[in-house]
Amino acid sequence: MNDCKLENSATGATGRLDQAVICRDVVKEFGEGDSRTRALQGIDLDVHAGQMTLLVGPSGCGKTTLISIIAGLLQPTSGHVQVLGHELHEFKPRELADFRAANIGFLFQQYKLIPALTAVENAAIPLLIARQPRVKALRQAEELLDVVGLAARRHAYPAQLSGGQQQRVAIARALIHQPRLLVCDEPTAALDAESGYRVMEMLREVAIHAERAVIIVTHDSRVLALGDRTVSLSDGRIMHADLALEETAHET
Amino acid sequence: MSWVALRMLWGDRGKYVGLVMGVAFAVFLMTQQVSIFMGILRRTASQIIDVTDAQLWVMDNKVRFIDEAPGLPDTDLMRVRGVPGVAWAVRFYKGQVRARLDNGNFRNVVLFGIDDASMVGAPRAMLRGELSDLQRPNAVIIDKAGYEYMWPGEPQRLGREFQLNDRRAVLVGICDASPPFTTLPVLYTRYSQAQDFVPRERNLMTFILASPEPGADATEVCRRIEARTGLMALTQREFFWKTIYYFIGSTGIPVNFGITIALGFIVGAAVTSQTFYLFTIENLKYFGALKAMGLSDRRIVGMILLQALLVGVMGFGIGVGLNATFFEATSGVTHLAGLYMAPFAFVSVAVAVFAIISLTALVAIRRVLVLEPAVVFRG
Repeated sequence: MNDCKLENSATGATGRLDQAVICRDVVKEFGEGDSRTRALQGIDLDVHAGQMTLLVGPSGCGKTTLISIIAGLLQPTSGHVQVLGHELHEFKPRELADFRAANIGFLFQQYKLIPALTAVENAAIPLLIARQPRVKALRQAEELLDVVGLAARRHAYPAQLSGGQQQRVAIARALIHQPRLLVCDEPTAALDAESGYRVMEMLREVAIHAERAVIIVTHDSRVLALGDRTVSLSDGRIMHADLALEETAHET
Repeated sequence: MSWVALRMLWGDRGKYVGLVMGVAFAVFLMTQQVSIFMGILRRTASQIIDVTDAQLWVMDNKVRFIDEAPGLPDTDLMRVRGVPGVAWAVRFYKGQVRARLDNGNFRNVVLFGIDDASMVGAPRAMLRGELSDLQRPNAVIIDKAGYEYMWPGEPQRLGREFQLNDRRAVLVGICDASPPFTTLPVLYTRYSQAQDFVPRERNLMTFILASPEPGADATEVCRRIEARTGLMALTQREFFWKTIYYFIGSTGIPVNFGITIALGFIVGAAVTSQTFYLFTIENLKYFGALKAMGLSDRRIVGMILLQALLVGVMGFGIGVGLNATFFEATSGVTHLAGLYMAPFAFVSVAVAVFAIISLTALVAIRRVLVLEPAVVFRG
C-alpha cells in the first residue's frame, strides 16, 4: 500500500494539516555483502502537525529504524526525509544535532532519566543543552512538572518514582523546549493500563493543542484507539494506514 | 552541561570514591617512592653538600664516590696550593671508624677531620656546645641523629666519653648535619686529632678542600689542578653528581624504586581507567540519550574531560595529603631523617596523574564518540 498517496490527498483536500514529516522512498540497509539486510524498503510517509501517528507492527519490521531516520539519528541508505521543512541530508552533523535540540522531543522506552538528577533536573536537560541558564531552566522545569502533576515529587530521584511518574518526568523533558515534533518509543510499554492510558491522553493533548506532530512507536494494542492515525509496518514496508482521520479531514 | 557531568559523577558514589581512591593510591605510592628515592640518593652525597665553605674537592684520580677515597700524601696539599688560581687549600679527612661506648657496645661512625686552623668543613650549625670547643684535647662533635643512635632515649649531655681506636674521645658539642647514606653517626674532630682516632695508615688525608681566587672560574681552576698534579679536582656540584651517578649506576636502588614507582603508576592507571571506563559504560545510555537530544560530541567530550579532571585533582590532592601526613608523622624518626616530600616528586607525579587521567578519559571518550545516538531506541 502506498501511504504517500493517502497523505497527499488528505492534505490537499483540507489545507489544514501541515506536513511535519515527509518521507519519500526511504530505504535503509544494514551490514555489508552477504550479511546485508534491508530494514526499510521504500517507505513513503507523511506525518502532519496536530496529529498523533502510531507506528505499529511486529518486532523487526522497521519501526525503530524509521523513527530513528525521521529524528535524524540515522542516515537512510537512499530516499529523502524532510522534517519541519528541512531536508535532513543537507545538514552537517553539528547542524543536525542543533536541529534536534531545537525541534524534536524524545520519549524513550526506558525513560532514560539520569539517575543522579532529580525529576526537575532531568526535565530541564533540553534547556541546558540549549545553553539556557540553569536557574531559569529549573524554574521552567518546575512549572512543567506542575502541569504533568508531579510538582510534589519534583525533588525526587528517578529511583524514588513509580514507572508512571518517571514517564511523566520524561514527557516534561520531551516537551520543555517546545519541540514541533515529538518522537516516542513504546511510551506505555512499561506501564499498567491506567497509567498507559493517562500518558497517551497527555500526549494526545500536547499534540493537538500545540499543533505538534507526535509519532509513537508502539506494540501496545490497548492504546491503538487513542491515536489519530495508525500506520502498520511489516518487513520494512507500510502495509496499512488507518484512513479515519483523513476522512474526518475531508468532511470538515 | 558541566553541572550535569559533575552530578552524574557524584551521583554514583561507589564508583566516584573508587576512582578518587585509585588515583590517590597511585599518587601516594608514586610521590612517596620518588621522594624516598631522591632522599636516599641525596643522603649518599649529603656530606658534600654540608661543606659550604669550600668550592673545590681534590682527590685521587680514581675516586668514584665520596666513600672510597684513598689517602693522599701531604705533599699533594702543597702542590695544590701552588696551582695558579687556588686561593687556599686545606686537609680534610673522611672515613669510617668504630666507636666503643662506655657500656661496651660498638658503633661504626663516620669521622670528619677538619683543618685545625681554618675549620673548613665544620658543621653547618651547632645545636649544643661551641665549635671552638673542638680545639680541646680529644674533642669531638656529633650530629643530633648520631647522638640518638649511640645513646637512644638518653637526654643530650655534653662531656660524655667513649673510645675511638682505643683513644678517649670527649663529646663537646651536638650539631646539625645531613644524614649519611648508611644512617651512621657523624663525628667531627680536628685533623690532627683524627690522626689519633683513625687506625694507622700511611696517608690520612682523603680530600683537599680548596677555594679558587676571587673572580677565577672554579671549573677552570679544577682543570688546572688536574693538569699540574694528576689528581682529580671537582667543583662541589660535580662531585655531588658524580657520587649520585655512582649509586644510580652501580647499585640496585634505582631499579628497586623504579619498579615500585612503575607499579604505582600501572596499578593506579589500571584501577582508574577500568573504573572510569565502567562508569562511562554504565552511563552510555544516558550519553546516547543526550546525543539524541542534540548535545554535540564536543560538549560530551567536555563533560567526560571534566569528570576525569575532577577525579584527577581530588585523587592527587588526597594522595599528596596522605604523603605529606606520612612525612610529617615520621619527621622525628631518626633513621628517616632527610626524607621529605620532594618538589620534584610533586611535579613529576602530577605529570604522571595527568597522563593516567588523559589515558582514562581518552578510552571513555572514544567509546562515547563511536556511539550511534540511534542506540537510544534499542532499549
